[in-house]
Amino acid sequence: MLSLLQEKLEGAFKKLRGHAKISESNISESMREIRMALLEADVDFKVAKDLIENIKTKALGEEVLRTVSPSQQIVKIFHDEMVELLGRETAPLDLGQPQRILVAGLNGAGKTTTSAKLALLLKKQGKRPLLVACDVFRPAAVKQLAVLGESIGVPVFQPSPDEKDAVRAAQQGMEWVKQQGGGIAIYDTAGRQEVDDELLAELVKIRESLQPQEVLLVADAATGQQAVSVAKTFNDSIKVTGLILTKLDGDARGGALLSMKQVTGCPVKFVGVGEKMEQLEVFHPDRMAQRILGM
Amino acid sequence: VQRFTKAEIDWDDLEAQLIAGDLGVKLSMQIVEDLQAQARKLHDVDIVEVTKKHIRALLPAYTTPLPPLISGKPKVVLVVGVNGTGKTTSTAKLANFLKKRGNSLVLAAADTFRAAAVEQLEVWSKRVDVPLVKGPPNADPAAVCFDAYTSAAARSAQFLICDTAGRLHTRHNLMEELRKVQRIVGKKDPTAPHEVLLVVDATTGGNALQQAREFHKAVPLTGIIATKLDGSGKGGVVVAIQQELGIPTRFVGTGEQVDDFAPFNADTYLDQML
Ligand SMILES: Nc1nc2c(ncn2[C@@H]2O[C@H](COP(=O)(O)OP(=O)(O)OP(=O)(O)O)[C@@H](O)[C@H]2O)c(=O)[nH]1
Ligand SMILES: Nc1nc2c(ncn2[C@@H]2O[C@H](COP(=O)(O)OP(=O)(O)OP(=O)(O)O)[C@@H](O)[C@H]2O)c(=O)[nH]1
Ligand SMILES: [K+]
Ligand SMILES: [Mg+2]
Ligand SMILES: [Mg+2]
Repeated sequence: MLSLLQEKLEGAFKKLRGHAKISESNISESMREIRMALLEADVDFKVAKDLIENIKTKALGEEVLRTVSPSQQIVKIFHDEMVELLGRETAPLDLGQPQRILVAGLNGAGKTTTSAKLALLLKKQGKRPLLVACDVFRPAAVKQLAVLGESIGVPVFQPSPDEKDAVRAAQQGMEWVKQQGGGIAIYDTAGRQEVDDELLAELVKIRESLQPQEVLLVADAATGQQAVSVAKTFNDSIKVTGLILTKLDGDARGGALLSMKQVTGCPVKFVGVGEKMEQLEVFHPDRMAQRILGM
Repeated sequence: VQRFTKAEIDWDDLEAQLIAGDLGVKLSMQIVEDLQAQARKLHDVDIVEVTKKHIRALLPAYTTPLPPLISGKPKVVLVVGVNGTGKTTSTAKLANFLKKRGNSLVLAAADTFRAAAVEQLEVWSKRVDVPLVKGPPNADPAAVCFDAYTSAAARSAQFLICDTAGRLHTRHNLMEELRKVQRIVGKKDPTAPHEVLLVVDATTGGNALQQAREFHKAVPLTGIIATKLDGSGKGGVVVAIQQELGIPTRFVGTGEQVDDFAPFNADTYLDQML
């Protein structure tokens, strides 16, 4: 079955028959289609532009293979380039010392759910996960993590209802983890917008206190053009070590991931594919590339 | 955004700005084309202002507030949307907004699925001092809304606002569940629900249009609440939703506090976008 994009490219390439080489002029229409496809998938404007420049350079001069159509060939170059960008290898979690995982992101991205999902994943691997609630701000955020922890049989640190300071909550959480005899501790933080300097400063303080070996940025697959700014600001302030894309069970193309990956250089560690605790999957760059392309 | 005079309008830059605002590539190109067609008539104008005016014309002249029903029965408002957009927070904000304007209300905790969703709304209901009706754990959301309606009617409340669980528009059975809520409240009052508000996260890109299409098919929408406009997301997709589906944005959320909420104002919105 032809992908939507490839179908469009077929049209653009009709006139190419007989040409031995892909040239600047005969691929300009295809590049336009590809640009549209990328932007429709929410890839950042500039990231899309750079990507197209790269594909162009690679495509130009390449022999048109007899076995495949020029459009197939372009799609393949494009696909490979995307996989390259998304990161060829799947990156495992760093479970080294101090065994602290900080989870951060925009409001409603899926941090609390993902924290619990990660805990379940570790538990299934025979590890000893612990959950620490540091969102002392959003109504019932601590309770949410507590309920999820209970459902998967993972202990949860719940700061006192009077605790209003997230940094202190995180520090108390570290103490609690010690008392529990240690384990891989996942710290769930409150959602925040990256333009909120005050809340960002709070996150920086939490990071400084925890000195985690993993800092995971959780993002919604449906994120739009804000992705670059989000990834850049979070990364600049808390030095992200991995990305997690949530809600991939929907039909969002997820082009934002390309932008976030590009900006941070961080590996994508997992994807969320549902609301249930076991719905966390290892990231497959190849599948993601196809999804963004609409294949 | 640069401001140009006629001679030096940078159309590519304008298109980039529109796309950066998440208006979507098609709508952005359409707007640029329209403006280019007008360009002959443009003379030493501020293209940004012209663009704003153009988009302004795509949006409704004004958005209607939510007046209580004349019948004296509770006006039923369903708050719906995909996961994590801000439904529960917006439910509380809307309740507070209406209450401050002298209306009496009841809230229905119809998200019986997500962990601590009921507790979250419960905290809010206390903060804004509005009664809440909830069901037993894992209750049928339609049954919760039904009971909440009974309670609202008994209290002669003017509004019943139902906070529903987040659901992706691609999940058929969950969309069916929403239709059931709609059907059941319809048994109490055939004209209910009177408002179905889709909560759209301004951080969302093109997928929000698809969300709106699917929700609109399942439970005809009467308006949008665009949330998280305090972030860097411009929420341009609400223009695309307006254009394609004719659904107006009624309210905006601009923070996590209860007062970070206002009726949609196209001028303010556009000033922040461009
Ligand atoms: N369909 C789907 N829903 C998800 C996924 N991950 C999280 N969710 C849902 O998204 C919503 C928000 O998730 P939370 O975990 O509360 O998000 P959060 O980032 O902790 O939110 P805040 O703490 O309020 O900023 C909930 O309804 C979750 O059930 C996913 O992969 N797929
Ligand atoms: N910055 C900002 N955050 C918001 C706004 N509206 C809601 N939020 C935050 O977004 C997150 C999700 O809000 P909820 O109200 O729980 O979202 P929901 O749609 O009910 O989520 P589910 O029920 O899990 O689908 C929370 O952290 C809220 O505080 C807003 O206008 N601005
Ligand atoms: K904004
Ligand atoms: Mg959370
Ligand atoms: Mg909710």
